[in-house]
Amino acid sequence: MLEDKDRIFQNLYNDFGADLASAKQRGDWKDTKEICGKGREWIINEIKASELRGRGGAGFPTGLKWSFAPKEVGSRPHYLVINADESEPGTCKDRDILRFEPHKLIEGCLIASYAVNAHKCYIYIRGEYFNEGQKLQTAIDEAYKDGLLGKNSAGTDWELDIYIHYGAGAYICGEETALLESIEGKKGQPRLKPPFPALIGLYGCPTIINNVETISVVPTILRRGGKWFSSLGRPKNTGSKIYCISGNVNNPCNVEEEMGISLKELIEKHAGGVIGGWDNLKAVIPGGSSMPLLPKETCETIKMDFDACVENKTGLGTAGIVVINKDQDIIKCMARIARFYKHESCGQCTPCREGSGWMWRMLERMAKGEATRDEVDMLLDVTKQIEGHTICAFGEGSSWPVQGLIRNFKDEIIERNKFDPIVKKQKDIPYLIDQHLLEKENA
Amino acid sequence: MAVKKISKVQPDKFEFSKKNIETADSIIKNYPAGKQQSAVMALLYLAQKQNDNWIPLSAMKYIAKYLDMPYIKVYEVATFYSMYNLTPVGKYFFQVCTTTPCMLRGAYNLVDVCKRKISEEENRLSEDGKTSWLEVECLGACVNAPMLQLNEDYYEDLDPTKLEQIIDKINNDEIPQPGSYRGRLSSEPENTRKTLIGDKNA
Repeated sequence: MLEDKDRIFQNLYNDFGADLASAKQRGDWKDTKEICGKGREWIINEIKASELRGRGGAGFPTGLKWSFAPKEVGSRPHYLVINADESEPGTCKDRDILRFEPHKLIEGCLIASYAVNAHKCYIYIRGEYFNEGQKLQTAIDEAYKDGLLGKNSAGTDWELDIYIHYGAGAYICGEETALLESIEGKKGQPRLKPPFPALIGLYGCPTIINNVETISVVPTILRRGGKWFSSLGRPKNTGSKIYCISGNVNNPCNVEEEMGISLKELIEKHAGGVIGGWDNLKAVIPGGSSMPLLPKETCETIKMDFDACVENKTGLGTAGIVVINKDQDIIKCMARIARFYKHESCGQCTPCREGSGWMWRMLERMAKGEATRDEVDMLLDVTKQIEGHTICAFGEGSSWPVQGLIRNFKDEIIERNKFDPIVKKQKDIPYLIDQHLLEKENA
Repeated sequence: MAVKKISKVQPDKFEFSKKNIETADSIIKNYPAGKQQSAVMALLYLAQKQNDNWIPLSAMKYIAKYLDMPYIKVYEVATFYSMYNLTPVGKYFFQVCTTTPCMLRGAYNLVDVCKRKISEEENRLSEDGKTSWLEVECLGACVNAPMLQLNEDYYEDLDPTKLEQIIDKINNDEIPQPGSYRGRLSSEPENTRKTLIGDKNA
């Protein structure tokens, strides 16, 4: 277990208050000038050495992303965009950072902007987080007043302005190019990549987009050194991470822990155990609703980091752990997730727009036991038709949970859906209405 | 995709109040010159707040002129995002999250309370015309499930009895205290905190 002194988010539970004075007491804004004084190369190399991977779901190495920004500013200005459009079911870590550790985010914005040559930073907050946005705005105002932002931010020779842009309730705007479209005042429909935003992003200018948690850990990494951060966890999966444990546990909570902590320890120790005891566990969604669920046997042993999750045919995603116990109907839970994706599909690509609704309707019928046995395979086929055939990763996000359900609980679905439309015993009756169904092999 | 219905009854005219014109101009300044279209989302939200929680078509036309952009582009944005109400909703607008993490902890019991105490169908005004409710997707407070949003505030860790009390207060025009209804301050594990122990409520 991580020691308390090694936790980056000391105010995760708001013991101290989020204002500038208490943030400074916790060590924020200390030596920011010296850190920036060491130069862009040093900052990017130190982040590369820390092996920090993006905390927004995809797990892309942050240092590498920053190094994609053009080294010199040409005719187009550079932008830094912070993705605070946290809408993945099961995830609520960024909300606590915005509420309780805003200065870590703002300081991180300054350092990251300096590293990627950006003078303007937009923070895209989901519209529902209105109060959290107001708290962040208060913190930004404090920082301006204290000379930490604006001209010569925090004593450096760098000028930075931070603006908040509110979303308005669209999950898809968490996808980075949809987020850019949304800031430009359009519908949030993802763009084709390439060109990647690092070269052509916001208003056609080079743009670096990072998650809130990724940016918020940067100042601490630079103060304590990339080596310290990479000593936590295991290679390629380093550092600490905020895990959100929700669902059927006794004490749902957010907790910052070392990467690679075992799932069982997170649930049993931090979240007070599964309701009804460990034996009552049915399945766990390990990384927000887009990731395939894990059956109980895997939950016993799995370590929570990017690579270990991939080895177990799932993903760490945003580390939003949703625990489902045996009192719940697993098919219904997944049908509700499918409904979420049907509701949130932006409608740009046909496979996703039509397929997400199709999956939802099939799952709803399967939950009621009104589907036929063949439809389980058909459902799997639908997910395969969506996956990889869309502009953005929403297609994978909507089809993976369904695939996970079929992979692990196929027997349960078939058990419930025994209905068979073909009357086999009477197949020689020539006037049988369903006769054509029998001939599908020849069709 | 969400189905959006445009209200059949529309006011003829819409104009920003003086205060909102100031706010709108300061928001437009956040974006580079010539990119004023970026402010359309913020301006639609302002219009919604000014016009009793919903956006009439005249407001979209007004904003289109204000930002020098085609009306259809404003219409596109207003119909795409789910937080813009295009038909009148209650002065007190309950949005109950029912996505899986909340559902696992009994969000549909809250929906039943809303059906009983506000109106039988979602998006229909209550008898006194002050409140309405809606089932929405994940609001991003899964650790504090089940929860709902009342106008701009989050009410967390609810159960049916507590929601009934909240609705009773609202019916008397009192705004209940937002936040957790099981007494915890944030997203810490209740009573069994294992981390950051030295600081506990320091």
